[in-house]
Amino acid sequence: MSPRQDQPQFESWGRYPKYPAELHPLFWKEDFPAANAPESKMLAVGMGRSYGDVCLLQHGTLLQTPNLDRLISFDSQTGRLRCEAGVTLAQILDFAVPRGWFLPVTPGTKYVTIGGAIANDIHGKNHHVAGTFGLHTLCFELVRSDGTHVVCSPTDNQEWYAATIGGLGLTGLITWAEVQMRPIVSRSIRYRSTKFVGLDEFLALSHASAHQEYSVAWIDCVAQGRNFARGLFLAGEHDENPGPLTPLDKPRVVMPFDMPAFALNRTSVGAFNTLYYHKQIGKRRSGLTDYEPFFYPLDRILKWNRLYGTQGLLQFQCVLPFDSGSLGMTEVLKAITASGLGSFLAVIKVFGDAVSPGIMSFPVPGVTLALDFPIRREVSFALLDRLADITAEFGGRMYPAKDACMRATHFQQFYPQWQQFSAYVDPSFSSSFWQRVTGLG
Amino acid sequence: MAKRDPQVPIGVVILGATSSIAIATMRRLAAQNAHFMLVARNSDRLTAVAQDLHTRGAFAVDTWVMDLDDTAAHAEMLAAAAQRLGRIDLALISHGVLGDQHAAETDFQFAAAILHTNFISTVSLLTWLGNYFQAQRAGTLAVVSSVAGDRGRKSNYVYGASKGALNVFLDGLRNRIDRDGVQVLTIKPGFVATPMTAHVPHNALFASPDRVARGILKAIERGRDVAYVPGFWLFIMLLIRAIPGRVFKKMNL
Repeated sequence: MSPRQDQPQFESWGRYPKYPAELHPLFWKEDFPAANAPESKMLAVGMGRSYGDVCLLQHGTLLQTPNLDRLISFDSQTGRLRCEAGVTLAQILDFAVPRGWFLPVTPGTKYVTIGGAIANDIHGKNHHVAGTFGLHTLCFELVRSDGTHVVCSPTDNQEWYAATIGGLGLTGLITWAEVQMRPIVSRSIRYRSTKFVGLDEFLALSHASAHQEYSVAWIDCVAQGRNFARGLFLAGEHDENPGPLTPLDKPRVVMPFDMPAFALNRTSVGAFNTLYYHKQIGKRRSGLTDYEPFFYPLDRILKWNRLYGTQGLLQFQCVLPFDSGSLGMTEVLKAITASGLGSFLAVIKVFGDAVSPGIMSFPVPGVTLALDFPIRREVSFALLDRLADITAEFGGRMYPAKDACMRATHFQQFYPQWQQFSAYVDPSFSSSFWQRVTGLG
Repeated sequence: MAKRDPQVPIGVVILGATSSIAIATMRRLAAQNAHFMLVARNSDRLTAVAQDLHTRGAFAVDTWVMDLDDTAAHAEMLAAAAQRLGRIDLALISHGVLGDQHAAETDFQFAAAILHTNFISTVSLLTWLGNYFQAQRAGTLAVVSSVAGDRGRKSNYVYGASKGALNVFLDGLRNRIDRDGVQVLTIKPGFVATPMTAHVPHNALFASPDRVARGILKAIERGRDVAYVPGFWLFIMLLIRAIPGRVFKKMNL
């Protein structure tokens, strides 16, 4: 066994951009390396499930956290779980669900670490009632490159707590965190899915199911004309009838190879969307389902990003405030359908008004749309630039965790608080994203 | 291990409790009503591991901080383990070092240190535990060795020699106390993604510590003598051992 010769590449989930990286796996909370030179930067990275470059650092060191995977304590009376920062939501679910507890907030994949969940202040299908992950993060430890350890909570070191939640990993290394879990009595979710056509119908459905804990909609970003903005609205709640809590052992499918780039084109995506929309014959369907397919349909295909081939994909997620009505979102959808680049993985959801403690947190009350695009050189980047313009025009913002190409001017318009935040950035920490949107080191 | 009453906790001693393979194995045992006695030299790390097992539902977790190189202190620690657990059902020896092969080639002190940690100190533990289990007429002695002990290679023959010697010792000990109802299990992992191998690029042959842990527990359950984990290493090592010496000595392995 010889020492590492070639520098391995660390890819984010979008597989764009790609940089060689100096990888430094952390095995223990105490492993934090001393900064060897003031100009050399580092960044903590967990599962690398953010899409663009918030988890990348060209010419720097990536501190890999997934081996910090130990639980520290769990109070089965109150549901407070404390664990190291590299524990994934999947590992938390494996531990907590059989004990009758569920994540307070979960994104569309369970393969993210708790450190990443805090750093990106993630949101899920219950944002309209529960807000972001940060709202359920009771406390955590932040280790700074000068060696100081700061335990942050809403009452202690409050300014570091606020800067680190949604702080894109730039304030230092999160070593452990404590999260408030929510009780469940069954693995099952009682759901209802409803077909809709048009944004107004989507908004009406969202309004009508505001009392449901979870809601999200899949939206067709290819269909034009009378099918414009058709979709399936999905709402659900944890089943209140006691049911099984132990896991089902489902084999997972791994996407075994990279698809050639031409596999995703207007015809194939359009055909998929038509099939998906019509998989449900009636207007409404309801029933009970396990939480796994309800929350994590794509996790059953590990490495689904390989569908886009080695050149990767671009994600786009924006939120537009309610005051623009459906006008702004209509503009966004029109630009996407006109481009013909829309994918089948498009989701739209209403964010609620729960305010995150995080200074840089993405969600604000309004409508959010997320989807991915294949990278067709200039065309895709031009489209994303156009979408950023529309987002800016309607007073919205884009989600850094999903971004690989927004302009610095756009970022600074979306997050005017960035300069206030930059005072909390650790002098030895940076990311390719941060360098790109601020011009800072 | 023999059939047991699931209500009675199993007594488990882990020597080298901060090793990744040990941690993965213990996590799986924690769900099976285990009372642990964890031994390792770094107290912060030991605390982190103990908290993890405790949170995961272990019956109880005791810890003992010591450097296992200190063979003179073994008897006191093992006696304390037997006393705290009431009865030892399983001992897993998982401490070890890869060492610096390059330094060991020119400086005997480096070679001696590797041999002391991986072989001499393990022999001390095995002597006490072998006699304990023999007197108890039951128990499992599981020892993490390595495929590297199957044939010496220029890239790590000092480490390989320490594990090869250990394998021979375990063969003999098994031959002596198996008839008293004691399982002596030689565990031979291949490449495992742990801090020991963090500095080398990971190829398809690397297994996760959890995969190795599954193999260990299966081997214990089935009463195996020697377990290659993952199992495909048996075939790789059969091939490597089959290469004639006159060819092998010219190879770069």
